[in-house]
Amino acid sequence: MIEIKDVTKVYNGKAVPALNGVSLEIGMGEFVFLVGPSGAGKSTLIKLIFCEQKPSTGSVSFSGKNISSFSEGELLRHRRRMGMVFQDFRLLKQKTVYENVAFALEVVGTSPKEIREKVPAALAKVGLAGKEKSFPAELSGGEQHRVGIARAIVKDPLIILGDEPTGNLDRDNSRQLMELFAEINAGGTTVIIATHAWDIVDRMKKRVIALEAGQLIRDEQRGTYCDEY
Amino acid sequence: MMSSGGPIVMNINSLRYCFRQSLVSITRNFWLAVVTSVMIAVSLAILGGFLLLAVNVSQSIRIIESNVEISAFLYDDADVDEIKAKLDNLQGVHSHSFVSKEQGIIDFGKAMGDSVLLSGLEGERNPLPNLIRIRVSQPEAVPALAREIQGYPGVELADYGEELIGWLMKVARWLNVFFLGASVSLALGAVFLIITIIRLSVMGRQEEIGIMKYLGASNWFIRLPFLLEGTLMGWFGTVIATLSLGLIYYRITASLQRDSLAFFLQPVTGLDKLVPIFAGLLIVGTLMGCIGSGLSIRKYLRV
Repeated sequence: MIEIKDVTKVYNGKAVPALNGVSLEIGMGEFVFLVGPSGAGKSTLIKLIFCEQKPSTGSVSFSGKNISSFSEGELLRHRRRMGMVFQDFRLLKQKTVYENVAFALEVVGTSPKEIREKVPAALAKVGLAGKEKSFPAELSGGEQHRVGIARAIVKDPLIILGDEPTGNLDRDNSRQLMELFAEINAGGTTVIIATHAWDIVDRMKKRVIALEAGQLIRDEQRGTYCDEY
Repeated sequence: MMSSGGPIVMNINSLRYCFRQSLVSITRNFWLAVVTSVMIAVSLAILGGFLLLAVNVSQSIRIIESNVEISAFLYDDADVDEIKAKLDNLQGVHSHSFVSKEQGIIDFGKAMGDSVLLSGLEGERNPLPNLIRIRVSQPEAVPALAREIQGYPGVELADYGEELIGWLMKVARWLNVFFLGASVSLALGAVFLIITIIRLSVMGRQEEIGIMKYLGASNWFIRLPFLLEGTLMGWFGTVIATLSLGLIYYRITASLQRDSLAFFLQPVTGLDKLVPIFAGLLIVGTLMGCIGSGLSIRKYLRV
């Protein structure tokens, strides 16, 4: 489904590439952890998959189509098939939990009837039933993350991308959140998570892609955070 | 996985959302929207006022020009019939009438309002010359005709108020330049105002715009509520300006028509001239809102 072929990404004004000659493939329904120290290139890889950035050289393809040749319409359709979960939640403070989740559907022109059906279902799935009228400021960090996940899954995406989604959470909340991602993955959604949560990575035994200084150093099915494990 | 196809078209749900969003934004920043609309109204009212003034000045000058006549002052021994015959054959002359020096002193007395003041100036002591008043077909032909008539035997002076006409033309030219400059400056000022206000609105929702892009919103979906917001503010301002200006102009024209001091102060009341100004103001004001918003939002769409 996702094919990354010999990709190098150099940001404007930077001498060192964020990614350097990376090649990998991610299939439909996989659960993938991207690990590595800060600056390893995990976020850049997520941005390339989301089409927020384009590779300097090499290619990123979806179902055989190179993202560099996407028209504006194709780019939007691509993004609408993805759910993005951020470390800093990126919830709208002035909107309630329900409105934040509904927003993901409103911006793509979903009918009010469909929104009324899908939003409560997504909130129930992440364990936030009954919190519809709360504002983000009234929720804990873990709950805010769940709202972000509900917003990502409400549009039934093919891929969920998480850029260090547990970065601000304690161990228990991180574990619960990862279990939620695993549940979503069990439903057939591809999940790609960049993380530093080594204990969770080790415990979940999913595919691990390790990056360092922009280079792919390890790609293991049922892998661990560090190769010495 | 990827469906091919052209651009994403906004559906009725998206349009409904955009309309609701623009109204929510205006309601949320109600007083800012009111101040903006009022400032747009003031700018456009001044702009419209200048346009109306320009149209009226232009009409007044045309009235003055079309009423310009050449006065040919004659020597006492001039052959009036011969001069009149020549004028009959002169191209560009619309009509002419002879005013004897006796009639001249009576007319002068009437114009002064008190003929007693002129007692003693009758007969031999009348200082006025005989004259022929000549109306022309085309005002711009006046200087050439005056020069021609000046050359006729028996004509002492052919005068048409050259200095006054020249001065009026000069004033009209400068007024037109001033009106144009002032109008363009005010229009630009109003656009700048809308750009600033919408930019504030956009900056207040920058985070929301970023999230919308991540959620796959099209540029038009993001742009439209702001465009509608600016257009609505521009439109409200323009309606206020048009109504106020229309009312003030109606009052002024009614008053001028009632107590006209001079024939050339007749205001323009023809709908063929007024409707384009007011309709133009409505269109320009509304477009200004729309264009101002478009310029504000442009750079925030790059995510």
